[in-house]
Amino acid sequence: MTFKIKLAGASAAVSLLAMGAAQAQDPVSLTIVSWGGAYTASQVRAYHEPYMELNPHVTIINDDGSANALAGLRAQSQAGNVTWDLVDMLPSDAQLACDEGIIMQIDHDAMLAAAPDGTPASEDFLPGSLGECFIPQIVYSTVLTYRPDAFPEDNQPSSIADLFDVENFPGRRALQDRPGTNMEWALYADGVDPDDIYDLLRTPEGVDRAFAKLDEIRDHIIFWTEGAQAPQLLADGEVAFATGYNGRMFDAIEVEGQPFEIIWDGQVVEWDGWVVPADGNNLDAVMDYLYWATDTQRLADQAKFISYGPARASSAALVGEHADLGIDMGPHMPTAPENYFAPIVLDNDFWVDYGDEMRERFANWMLQ
Amino acid sequence: MAQADAGALDQNASVEPTGRLRTADGRPLKSALRRAQRRRKITAFLLVTPLLVFILGFFVFPIAQMMWRSVDNPQVVRALPNTLEALQTWDGQDVPGEAVFAALHADFVADAERPRRDQAMGPLAVRLNYELSAARGAISRTSRQAVNFEAPYREAFLDSHRLWGQPELWRIIKREGRPLTSAYYVAALDREFDADGSIVRRDENRRIYVQLFIRTILMSVAITFLTFVLGFPIAYYLSILPMRYSSLLMICVLLPFWTSLLVRTSAWIVLLQQQGVINSSLVGLGLMDDANRVQMIYNMTGTIVAMTHILLPFMVLPLYSVMRTIPPSYMRAAKSMGATPSTAFRRVYFPQTLPGIGAGGVLVFIISIGYYITPALVGGQSGRMISNEIARHMQQSLNWGLAAALGTMLLVGVLVLYWLYNRLVGADSLKLG
Repeated sequence: MTFKIKLAGASAAVSLLAMGAAQAQDPVSLTIVSWGGAYTASQVRAYHEPYMELNPHVTIINDDGSANALAGLRAQSQAGNVTWDLVDMLPSDAQLACDEGIIMQIDHDAMLAAAPDGTPASEDFLPGSLGECFIPQIVYSTVLTYRPDAFPEDNQPSSIADLFDVENFPGRRALQDRPGTNMEWALYADGVDPDDIYDLLRTPEGVDRAFAKLDEIRDHIIFWTEGAQAPQLLADGEVAFATGYNGRMFDAIEVEGQPFEIIWDGQVVEWDGWVVPADGNNLDAVMDYLYWATDTQRLADQAKFISYGPARASSAALVGEHADLGIDMGPHMPTAPENYFAPIVLDNDFWVDYGDEMRERFANWMLQ
Repeated sequence: MAQADAGALDQNASVEPTGRLRTADGRPLKSALRRAQRRRKITAFLLVTPLLVFILGFFVFPIAQMMWRSVDNPQVVRALPNTLEALQTWDGQDVPGEAVFAALHADFVADAERPRRDQAMGPLAVRLNYELSAARGAISRTSRQAVNFEAPYREAFLDSHRLWGQPELWRIIKREGRPLTSAYYVAALDREFDADGSIVRRDENRRIYVQLFIRTILMSVAITFLTFVLGFPIAYYLSILPMRYSSLLMICVLLPFWTSLLVRTSAWIVLLQQQGVINSSLVGLGLMDDANRVQMIYNMTGTIVAMTHILLPFMVLPLYSVMRTIPPSYMRAAKSMGATPSTAFRRVYFPQTLPGIGAGGVLVFIISIGYYITPALVGGQSGRMISNEIARHMQQSLNWGLAAALGTMLLVGVLVLYWLYNRLVGADSLKLG
């Protein structure tokens, strides 16, 4: 890590020299932590590269540490050596880090740009997406995907209930090896209204009901751990259904040409966004970057590179075509009206409060 | 040593009238010897010092620190000093009275005045949530409002979150209001405290770790046995071949060592999956029905097969190095004295390979008991091991106390097994090459 920073510092110094003494600002290198792969690539093209062009004194270093961001933030904070400047993470993890005091509290209206029509940031971001310490960038969803060739043409699956219907839709299912999404879908498939799911999961009866529903498909499940495994299992024909992130599935279908179909019914919608580690070394530079990179146009720009929806209401109208494929991205957004007909909005409070207990029960259920 | 030498010298050297041996420059031989030996000891110590410092700094110290985390419990003491004092007289049955809630309010106020870096309510919320679901919500929601509460505080707190009205939360606060805790070990053994404070087994549907420990040990034993069964003939063959062939074959054994672990694991996925090479070949040859493809991966079989392959060199190498040193003349001698080939092998050859089997077995077993990445990739649900849970608590749930407790138990388990091995077989007989 130190080596990387030194290297970047050196390259920043070289570019500064090349520009001569005209550049007044000191070189800064920002370490920005994200998820890697296509996601980081979309951020690099939508945010990092244009920003570095506008601000030649800034060098941005990408670190693919988001999967373990919480552990990394805590370790850096306890060691008193915070090397990350900006971290991309999920809101539930952000809330935990916020409670521990290892990331900065955010005053959204003061720190973030208003919409072009003057709507303050706190009203422009989608309702419920802002956190005490959290600035959302995108809306992503966990969706059910299937292989059309695994089923007869006149009997294709179309709903979450079909995932739990082994008789009419035989074949194995690839589910993520954690309770999130699986518990919600079990209740949804059992006829519970999406708005009531979390109230029910807060009761022991609701949890039992979800596991009873999951029992029905237990022998047909392959569990996946890493995000890339789900489209791979589907592509290999190992499974007929797989759950996965809509962006990865979009990539598999549109970029790699895989014959998958997405079922938008019961998509589990969640935010993903930035947090700022407390006691970072380049707070001013980070704040400047954040103000720019989370404005209306920039969030809309990211959707040119990956099929995740912008977290600002004002960005929706600006979403255009994919930069390389030339596909109109609007219909691929989780938030597109034709996809957003039965969403389950992930309840982070529930998962922060009950996550440990649910994970234990889920791990126990997997062991049986 | 010095005394023994001096004693031996006594016999031959000329003895002075005082009866003491002296060196040429007149110093007593005993002290001269001692000095020379001390110098040698210091040199030896200085030579190993860099390694010693490295091991202390980067191995012993972090492990000790991690083990310390499994009992370290500062959160409640730091956040709620007034409340804990007020709770001393509480009977542990009903929700405490106004005095306790007033103290709780005082703690929340004191915490709000601290700089954000030093605030204790966040860590407290996380800590209590390990013991009681939703306790995090109770603390963090209340801490935003508590500064504005007015007396009577009891009603105000009970209104702000339902958990303040549950004696269970108070029992946990009182129990964990000590700087050291056993709670992580209790949880790691699938147990919990009941209302009386005695330790009972958890609900059946929340027991995980004991079962996982047992499975991890059984799988490690199976893997060790399989590497032995597969590795013994290879090592034997290598040891009797002429050197130039055996070193060529040795490269084949070592080849997996030079390939990335992930590549090897992925190769097994390609081979074993239902649409994979083995299943498709069997179906193609008509030996198997297309509808009945065997599942050989994403379960325990997958983990055992992949790990046996990965760990095989750790068994072959010590076996080979031991077998190489067994003179072939022993077997010939046994046969010449009338032993059948199987008796000669059983009574003469095999006992001499035991040090290699011991070393290989201990190596493979200890490595596999803590294995992590392969089970995560090919284990599915039934092929997971305890280290996968430890990693999850380190990286995702961030419950480092529980991860430390599980890790310490694994460490102690391995040490106990090693001690047993040492008692039964003797570590001196280990031969690694």
